[in-house]
Order: sequence, then structure tokens, then C-alpha cells
Amino acid sequence: MIDLAQLITSFVAAAGFGVLFNAPRDRLLQCGLVGMFGWILYYILVAEGLDVVPATIFGAMLVAVLSQLCAKLYKTPVIIFNVSGIIPLVPGGIAYDAMRNFVENDYFTAVQLSAKVMLLAGGIAIGLMFSEVVKQVMTKAGSALKD
Amino acid sequence: MKEKVAVAKVCMLAGKIMLECGAETYRVEDTMNRIAAAFGLHDAQSYATPTGINFSMDSSEATHFRRISHRATDLHKIAEVNSISRRITAGELTVYEANLLLNNVSEAKLAFPYWLQIIAAAFVSGSFTIMFGGSWPDFLPSFIAGGLGFAAMLGAEKIVEIRFIAEFFASLIIGLASILFITQGVGVDLDKIIIGAVMPLVPGLHITNAVRDLMAGHLVAGLSKGAEAILTSFAIGAGVAVVLAFV
Repeated sequence: MIDLAQLITSFVAAAGFGVLFNAPRDRLLQCGLVGMFGWILYYILVAEGLDVVPATIFGAMLVAVLSQLCAKLYKTPVIIFNVSGIIPLVPGGIAYDAMRNFVENDYFTAVQLSAKVMLLAGGIAIGLMFSEVVKQVMTKAGSALKD
Repeated sequence: MKEKVAVAKVCMLAGKIMLECGAETYRVEDTMNRIAAAFGLHDAQSYATPTGINFSMDSSEATHFRRISHRATDLHKIAEVNSISRRITAGELTVYEANLLLNNVSEAKLAFPYWLQIIAAAFVSGSFTIMFGGSWPDFLPSFIAGGLGFAAMLGAEKIVEIRFIAEFFASLIIGLASILFITQGVGVDLDKIIIGAVMPLVPGLHITNAVRDLMAGHLVAGLSKGAEAILTSFAIGAGVAVVLAFV
């Protein structure tokens, strides 16, 4: 069951980042929704017992696909939607934990956590890349069909 | 000839606005080339990095150069330049009209007012505390600490011109405020409060842009943006670490 609190907070977080990044005012709602869907997919997958790295990849994929759709629909650059949408997936919490362990001289845990942060950042990258691949394949296929 | 110079000016201006607002460099180059092609320069060359743009109207022509010294995040201006460039490629604008429109965008102050940004940052902080598994009693301390931290960053950016110092100072304030709340009995989990409160400072835009630039083959831009992101996160971590070291 999806937690209502998670839905609301992830929407507020993504839309709030839209304000911080000065997204166009009439697109804030979409920014929030894109971020919310990405985070909820991640949240459900993790709750179902999937590892956080693949869950992040799938979350980022959903964000990227939704952003491409919004970009097509509203004729605005895709960056406006995926930047604030991806924010909930950014491993800020683990990065903080890693830093905290460094300070407490627990280098073993700190290095482990740092490696995880890198994997998660890579997962976000893979997710974003995936939608780019789909988009390019679709445009190529579209122009091939026209010819 | 005069026409060509005007086209180069328009391209440089569009590129400058986009870079200053934090667009990906491959998008900047793409936009500049599209504008140039729309005005009849089919072999125009552009090379953008986060710190400067080069633009040639033709391989054998003189190269124009522009230094980008100040970078911020302003998605609204990117969208505006994008729509102007769409109108140019559709043939709706002359060179001079395009120049005028771009100048207006460049001068415009489209940012949200500071108080609204601070409130947004506070809501972001509180929300992240809940999303990362915090409980509702942690919402308020994180809300206040995040707002304070973001306000501190805006203030520090005005006073000190050195990058990363503002982020360091902001996360220092966040750490202090969070510990104060915990010792006063407001809030339960120190870690969750701090994680939520530092999220508005996290360089999410730089991280995604760095990755997208690397994927598009812009290795120089991608690496330099990545370095900027790492340094910023380090500054944030260091600020919190200083506070934690004395707890």
C-alpha cells in the first residue's frame, strides 16, 4: 500500500526544487508530478524487497520517460522536468552517512557507503540514458517510416 | 557581411544566456548551430564549455569568443531561449528581432523572490526528512533548519565571492540548528533532520547535467561539471562534519 505521506512529501519536494531552480511557473505542477511518480516507483520497489540500485535505475527511467513526454507535450526543454524529478532519487542520505562515518574515523563503513553512492549515481545516469536511447530509436524509426 | 556579424552576435547571446542559466553544453551548442543554420550559416562551428563559448561562422572565418564567469540555475530563461530559437528556426524572426528578444531575456529578472525560495527550501527539507524515513516530529525542526540554511547560503553568496564557502557556511548553520533542536527536545532523529535540511543545497542539477554531457560526448564539460558537483557536496559534508566533530 502506498503511503499517502510519501506521495505528498515527494510531490512537495520535487515542486519545491522547481521553485529553487526557477522553473517556469506554469510547469511547477508537472515537475512535482514527475518527481512524485519516480519516487513512488522507487519506494514500492524497495518495499517489495528489490535492492536500492536497480530500484533507482527503474525510478530514474520512469522520471526520464515522463520528462520526455512532458517536453514533447509542452515544447519545453526536457531538462526542466527531469532535473527536479530526479532530485528525490539523488542519494543525499547515504552520502551524508558516508561523510559522517569519515568524521567518526570509521573508514571501513565510510568507503562502503561511498561506493554505494557512486553506484546509485551511476544508476540514475543509466536510467536517464535509457530514455535518450528510446527517444533516438523512435525518431530514427519515425523518419525511416516516412521514407 | 554586417548581417553575418549580427547572426554571430545572436548565436553568442543565446549561448551565453543558456550557459549562465545552467543548461547542458550539448544543448547550448545545438541551439547555436540551429540558429546559425536558420540564418543561412550552414557550416557554423560552436564549442561550449561551462566557462566559455567559441563560435565560428565558417571554418575559415574569425572565431568569436565569450567568457562565462557567473553561473546560476534558471530553468525559466532556458525555456525562454529555447522558444525563441524555435521561432527563429521556423523563420518567424529576423536577426534584429531575435537580438532584441534575447536581450530582453538576458536583462530580465525572472527568479522567484528570495522569501519564496526560502519557504520552498524549508518545505523541501521537511518533505525529505519524511521521505528518508523520518517521523513527523522531525518535520518541523528540519523545516526550520532547512529554511535557515538556505537563507544563510543566499546571504553568504552576497558577502563572499568564493564558491563553495556559501555551501559550507549553510551546512554549518544547519548542523548547529539541528543539534540545538535535538538538545531542546524538539525532534527525535538528528541524522534524519540534517539529511532533510541539507537537501536543498545538494547540487542535483550539476550531477544530472554532468552525466548528460558525458553521454553526449562532451567530455571536458562533463568532467568539469562533475568536479563542481563533487566539490559542492564536499563543502556541504565538511560543514556538517565540523559540527558533528564537536558533538
